[in-house]
Amino acid sequence: METVLSSISILAQWQVLVALLLGSIGGVIIGALPGVGAAVAIAILLPATFAFEPIVGLTLMLGVYGSSMYGGAIPAILINTPGTAVNALTTYDGYPMTKRGEGHRALSLAYSASFFGGIFSVVCLILLSPLLAMIAPHFGSREIFLAALLGIILVVLAHRGQVFAAGMLASFGIFLSTIGLEPVKYTKRFTFDMTWLTSGINLIVVVLGLFAISQALLLLVDKDHKPGKAHVDGNLFSGLSELFRFKRIASVSSSLGVLMGMIPGVGEFTAQFLSYTYAQKTSKTPDDFGNGSPEGLVASEAANNAVPGAAMIPLLALGIPGEALTAMMLSVFYVHNVIPGPQLFQGQLDFVIAIYIALIMLNVIVLAFLLSSTNLLLKIIQIPTRFLGVMILTLSFVGVYSLRNSITDCAIASAFGVFGLILKRLNLPIVPIILGMVLGGIMEVKLRSAMARVKSPLDFVDRPIAAILFAMILLILVLHVRTVIREQKEKREQEMSGSTETST
Amino acid sequence: MAHLKTFQELFRRHRHPGDLVFAIVFLAFSIFLLTQIYGETSWVKRTKWFAQPRFWPAASLIFMTLFALLHFIGSVCSPRMLGRWFEVLFWLRSLEFVLYFLLYVAVVPLLGYLPSTVLFTCFLTVRVGLASPRFIAFASLFAVCVAVIFRAFLQVKIPAGQIYEALPDPLKAFALTYL
Repeated sequence: METVLSSISILAQWQVLVALLLGSIGGVIIGALPGVGAAVAIAILLPATFAFEPIVGLTLMLGVYGSSMYGGAIPAILINTPGTAVNALTTYDGYPMTKRGEGHRALSLAYSASFFGGIFSVVCLILLSPLLAMIAPHFGSREIFLAALLGIILVVLAHRGQVFAAGMLASFGIFLSTIGLEPVKYTKRFTFDMTWLTSGINLIVVVLGLFAISQALLLLVDKDHKPGKAHVDGNLFSGLSELFRFKRIASVSSSLGVLMGMIPGVGEFTAQFLSYTYAQKTSKTPDDFGNGSPEGLVASEAANNAVPGAAMIPLLALGIPGEALTAMMLSVFYVHNVIPGPQLFQGQLDFVIAIYIALIMLNVIVLAFLLSSTNLLLKIIQIPTRFLGVMILTLSFVGVYSLRNSITDCAIASAFGVFGLILKRLNLPIVPIILGMVLGGIMEVKLRSAMARVKSPLDFVDRPIAAILFAMILLILVLHVRTVIREQKEKREQEMSGSTETST
Repeated sequence: MAHLKTFQELFRRHRHPGDLVFAIVFLAFSIFLLTQIYGETSWVKRTKWFAQPRFWPAASLIFMTLFALLHFIGSVCSPRMLGRWFEVLFWLRSLEFVLYFLLYVAVVPLLGYLPSTVLFTCFLTVRVGLASPRFIAFASLFAVCVAVIFRAFLQVKIPAGQIYEALPDPLKAFALTYL
């Protein structure tokens, strides 16, 4: 009880509440703007929060992180344009409902399902806390190394059809983390005798380049696109009661969101896909899916909003991010001198609980804001995409330049901006680079300290958690190879039967 | 012949225009970095392999080159989509905006954050074809809001413009602190 009171006192400052309010509402607006997204906003705002107290900076970022997916549902449902990439599935059933004249019902259901998913994941996070607090101290250097390695492998394998590209880019991220002065022996690595490379490549500069500047360049160079006009009439509160009709789907989808959110590299897309498939398979009207099914809408929105809270579990307990946004959140924690990991649960449990309370509060703020301001948001998203590009590029300057007032940083960020634009145009993943950079640094430090304490490589996995993690890595690799072989075999069989039919 | 077909099928994927150009450049970049490993990293005596400064760059570059090679093979084996050079031109067109951005970065310490931001947003707005008075007014308003929020309220670390030194004393102090 004392810890809870201490957590409340951490949050009971006007600066924290204002940060939470601005972050939550800002996140919804950013999420609703097609072509912006939470990653861009966090990248831009991160350096601006350096001057804040840790809890103020963190709540602002948490607000943006946790609320952007709520906003993305609005254009997805009303104008068939997902605000963020994860809202793409929402268009399948949301937009047909709008065309049927049920726009307000679709929005209301989406808000309610998102709220349910968001709160469900925070409750899971709270319930899992004692377990995390118990397990986390057993994670030594070798367990954290293996967990980070597992994270990298999952991120690479999660990009089905792009595994080679994801592996190449994750390795590139690990390489980037090694540039500069090596921290133990103080020797230079890949500096090419250039002083500006001695301090290494800053993660925030890379994040800003790959997410914010690349998006700005893409919007500036590409054809202009202005989202269509829309207006919503009717009672948006009705979805809260209607959600009870879909409580099974909402619960299962949120659980899948939590489960997928906890596994590094998996995230919203898999959670949505699994919950949507489950909802369709168990529905009495499976043919309605894709044609305006409220069940499909609930499954998709509940699953994707359960992920942010769950993704905080490996981040807080082990200091290991599972996807790009949590990797950015990890830098937010580092910048504010809060080091996520086992010691956080032991030494600063009140801070962890304060984060949980902030997450619950942001879900309530966002729901209240959405229920009262949807039409206002619909006016805001009318901004032409090229003007959005101007805005993002202008804001990117603040993000990069305010770090060290360095023109070199701006040039590096611009170079990564062009690189990010190329990756986006080729539909290649950006996330592995960021995770490679973050997890590569962790792996180098942890392998060094872990190997110093073992006599033979086999000793590395002689502790139960290390052995489980190692077995999981092997299992995942074997299963992946098996799946690839099976897919190839099926493809060949299909082609064979196709050619037999043609010849007959 | 059958083996070759199986090999092609294993690597075949959806390929966007420009994919092969990117795959070749990235593979060449990886090989170049890998060839520099001896000159750009050091091997320290009486230090075990896992603590060697060369270990992680070497491991990452070996995997990067290996995956880049597989990505390249995948690109060669996949059906080509037309518009390769049009796509490369699209990438190069972004350099124009990078140039404007770097000019803006260079100008801020001279002109000050507020004036440079107003000029930058208005210029870009006109450049992207939104030259109407309405959009220029929006761009100016946006620039003022950004400068005031980040420099005056959030006190973000951006140097004051040299041009402010020429202002009369009362205005100079205000401009140096808030604009």
